[in-house]
Amino acid sequence: MTDPISSSEIDKNFFGELTQEKGLEKALLCFNCSGCSTGCPMKDIESKFDIKKYIRMAGLGMKNQILNDPYLWYCTTCYKCQERCPEGVLNVDTLLRMRTMAVREGIMLSAHREVAHFVLDTGHAVPINDSNRKKRLELGLSEVPPTVHMYPEAYEQVRKLLKVCEFDALTQKE
Amino acid sequence: MSTESDNGKKSQSLSLFLGCVAPNRYPGIEFASRKVMKDLGVDLHELKGASCCPAPGVFKSFDKTAWLTMASRNIVLSEQMDMDLLTVCNGCYGSLGEANHMLLHDSDCKDKVNKNLSEVGLEYKGNAKVRHIIEFLEKDVGPKAIKEKVTVPLDGIKVAVHYGCHMIRPSKEKEGLGSAENPRFFDALVDATGAKSVDYEEKLMCCGAGGGARSAFLGATLKLAEKKLDILKKGEFDCIVDACPFCHLQYDSGQVQLNKEGKDYRIPVLHYSQLLGLALGYSSNELGIQMNMTTNPAFEEKIIALQEKAKEKAQEQAPEKAKEA
Repeated sequence: MTDPISSSEIDKNFFGELTQEKGLEKALLCFNCSGCSTGCPMKDIESKFDIKKYIRMAGLGMKNQILNDPYLWYCTTCYKCQERCPEGVLNVDTLLRMRTMAVREGIMLSAHREVAHFVLDTGHAVPINDSNRKKRLELGLSEVPPTVHMYPEAYEQVRKLLKVCEFDALTQKE
Repeated sequence: MSTESDNGKKSQSLSLFLGCVAPNRYPGIEFASRKVMKDLGVDLHELKGASCCPAPGVFKSFDKTAWLTMASRNIVLSEQMDMDLLTVCNGCYGSLGEANHMLLHDSDCKDKVNKNLSEVGLEYKGNAKVRHIIEFLEKDVGPKAIKEKVTVPLDGIKVAVHYGCHMIRPSKEKEGLGSAENPRFFDALVDATGAKSVDYEEKLMCCGAGGGARSAFLGATLKLAEKKLDILKKGEFDCIVDACPFCHLQYDSGQVQLNKEGKDYRIPVLHYSQLLGLALGYSSNELGIQMNMTTNPAFEEKIIALQEKAKEKAQEQAPEKAKEA
């Protein structure tokens, strides 16, 4: 990531595409104070995850380097950086938009595809299991919660909406 | 709050949005939330057929329209009940709250979402608020009213409050909660139970679970949890009190994971509804605290002693009260 890049690797359209979402163009206001990265709890643990780097790279149009960087997925979305940025750069929102662009290019982690499939298959990212059915009954709760788990027609509604959004196609297994 | 001006009673009637982790992994949190709210005179109504909020880490990353569409359906279910929606989870609060905020302020977004919702005969109108149990208890019930309901004061219990990120940030979407850098409202609710919220280093640090990080990089996220757990162990805290089943999962199951690597953590993790449940006289068993992966007999003994003390005191006072009557 730290190798110098040649001008042929710069995608001049990237920033425009990235900032189709309102407010994200503020990334250009970054004056390199490093407040975002300094306060980042994940950077403390994993120094290769550096939110400031993505913000600076966005302005330069380093599309491939950003979208293919596996550390892009280390952000826990704690929003500490976004809260503190003196320039009002929407760090986390910008990073999420970068992830969206990566996903559209087919770049997604299998763990996240699995979460998407839990939602597609059950309506819950964390569906009920046998041990928790038992725990619910022990506590005097219904065996499954009164959510999509209890109402199949409600689940069908969710399933249909995700189909309308083409979320099933987006997260299709390879 | 608009709902209060519409109808004075309405603010005490809410739909209960369960999400995923509370009902499907920590049902004690669901049980405790239902019990304590009832005892405080707040009517929670079933939000039948609600789904995942959806999980913001994956959905906001993957496809914003799918996220907004699914979130808006949950909000619409509450709109149809003519009630604000109550979450017991920071993740759900962040996801649904931000979606609601966006749909209220961006008509293009709202039109797009309503076009999708029309496929299943629904329409988002924008007249239900998204509330969080802690924020609701702070603003609409208040620590003073809670204190008056306490029957088992949790004297001597040293609590490490874990706010969790999405209850306070991004602060532009959260109204009237004071400073996002140094919030106090959750601590006040803990103190109302008789327990004591004690400040500690890195109090506002992220648990590490959010953004899809936990599912993809468990090891790195546990290092974040470990950092806080080390501080709490040194500080001899009796328990962690959170307001988010996902942070709860991270600290509760995280201790078991880290102990396998040679650590020795035994810090009970309680959702605020469970702490308040203890102060209202429910047992650890009833509240599902014993169903946690990390339990600590020393904590349990302290609670039982407090409950016995409260019982004795009530018995001493009973004849006096009968005389007065």
